[in-house]
Amino acid sequence: MTSTTTAVRDDPVTEPTRAIEPAALRAVWHREWTLFVRYWRSTSFAALVEPLVYLFAFGVGFGSLVAFVGDVPYVQFLGTGIVASAVLFTSVFTGMFTTFVRRVFQRTYDALLAAPIDVHELVLAEAVWIAAKAGVYGCAPLLAAMLFGLPPTWGMLLVPAIGFLTGLGFALFGILTSAVVPTIDSFNYITSGVVTPLFLVSGTFFPLDTAPAWMQVLAWVNPLYHCVQLVRDAVFVDFGWVDLVHIGVLAGFAALMAVLAIRQMRRRLIG
Amino acid sequence: MRTARPSPTLPRVTTVGPPALRLRGVTKRFGDLLAVDHLDLDVPRGICLGLLGPNGAGKSTTMRMVTAQVRQDAGTIEVLGHPVPHEAKQARARMGVVPQQDNLDGELTVRQNLEVFGRLYRIPQRELADAVERALALAQLVERQHTTAEQLSGGMKRRLLIARGLVHRPELVLLDEPTVGLDPQVRSDMWGMIDALRSGGVTIVMSTHYIEEAHRLADEVAMMSHGRIVATGAPQGLVATHAGPVAHEFYGPPARLAEVEAAADAAGVAHRRTGPSVSLIGHPPPEWDGRFGDPVRREATLEDVFVLLTGEAVE
Repeated sequence: MTSTTTAVRDDPVTEPTRAIEPAALRAVWHREWTLFVRYWRSTSFAALVEPLVYLFAFGVGFGSLVAFVGDVPYVQFLGTGIVASAVLFTSVFTGMFTTFVRRVFQRTYDALLAAPIDVHELVLAEAVWIAAKAGVYGCAPLLAAMLFGLPPTWGMLLVPAIGFLTGLGFALFGILTSAVVPTIDSFNYITSGVVTPLFLVSGTFFPLDTAPAWMQVLAWVNPLYHCVQLVRDAVFVDFGWVDLVHIGVLAGFAALMAVLAIRQMRRRLIG
Repeated sequence: MRTARPSPTLPRVTTVGPPALRLRGVTKRFGDLLAVDHLDLDVPRGICLGLLGPNGAGKSTTMRMVTAQVRQDAGTIEVLGHPVPHEAKQARARMGVVPQQDNLDGELTVRQNLEVFGRLYRIPQRELADAVERALALAQLVERQHTTAEQLSGGMKRRLLIARGLVHRPELVLLDEPTVGLDPQVRSDMWGMIDALRSGGVTIVMSTHYIEEAHRLADEVAMMSHGRIVATGAPQGLVATHAGPVAHEFYGPPARLAEVEAAADAAGVAHRRTGPSVSLIGHPPPEWDGRFGDPVRREATLEDVFVLLTGEAVE
């Protein structure tokens, strides 16, 4: 600082505290709800039809080659697996595209931040909303799989919570990337280079315990793999201590992404 | 001329307590660019302050520092007594911001846009409907309340932006270039709206690069150039102090105009180019005695003052 007035230098610019005000979050959720009410039909249609298509094509087509994975029919193995894909796509793409459009094209966040709400509250509110949607829409594949013979269990009631936790991390990852990429076209790199590999090496389509060791290592650092495992353990009511590790990884992922996403969004939104 | 017409907003007005705005030594750099340079500014309550200057003078940066959407590198900012950015949220809760660019929620209706901001500004649920009605009336958008914002005309969008910034009855309103890009009729409507607000006692800080806008609406003008304030005062007072009552415009071919300028320099009379003419700020020296023809006499303006003080044009 090359300031000539000492009074200025002695009085540092004090940042506000990072408290979270529920009223600020509620206002953002109210806005999201208002938008959601307009679009829920098309969103819900896509969420339900897509897993049906997957289950039909892969479950019936591919399932004629592989009847069982362990003692689970392939269509049920797949149906539980694509819960994670539904959660991933709902959360990561909303986090990426919607956030980018609102920040850059619609300048919605600029408008909101002129009101009493701070960047961290805005990011967390958006992420929690997206995660809640991911938790709900993550159940759609289960409903579809039931049509293909998946028996209902009490453990399925935990699936929305698993979807929420996973969706929170991926929503924040999406928000982070939206604040990193220079243009909306750059999302192609993220989609092809990160999202698709995560989706394929997660144990959704094939079990990883027979895969090469390097792939198993990759799977363990992939949050989506932990989601897939948790969902299967919940649906088939087959819990073990390892599920605590899965939960820990997902929570850690969400926490790390929260810190990074808030920091990067603040850089982009506050001059 | 202003008329004190009744305003549908009936704002909460307090003239006691700390000033609306107090800036001391505020400085902001963007890389190599010094956008705001040791800026001092005081805005008492209840006035309309026009922040006048050309594009790039630092007006918008100053406004964004007041809401803490840009962080000053040095200096202190107090908004209604709240230090910013430290208590920026408390400060923002008590002020309304009307941006230069449309950042409405295009997919939401007029009414929903107001409701979202009503909630953001913590208007209690039982008062929200009344607040929204009041804002709709102010923006004259009662009939369009169920139209989505993206379907509104440019003028309606601007009115909605203003109403959105006023939904919580703020004590201080920041208007960033409120009429830029609007056609004359809509601009004049907008002036009426701002004037009504001012008459209602709300403190207004308005950035503008339209001389006429500053002249008509502002009780006080702060002239900004290269990140600094070069003069402040009432529009008439600024003109009287720096330019005097009259200016004289000389017309003629370019060579003649150059002669006028040279002669004015020799006589020590301030002058500036005004389109096809040279304006002498003040009177032509008596010894010219019609040498350059008969000038057109006109009142001196804020533009004259600005050019005299900065050497730049505002508009």
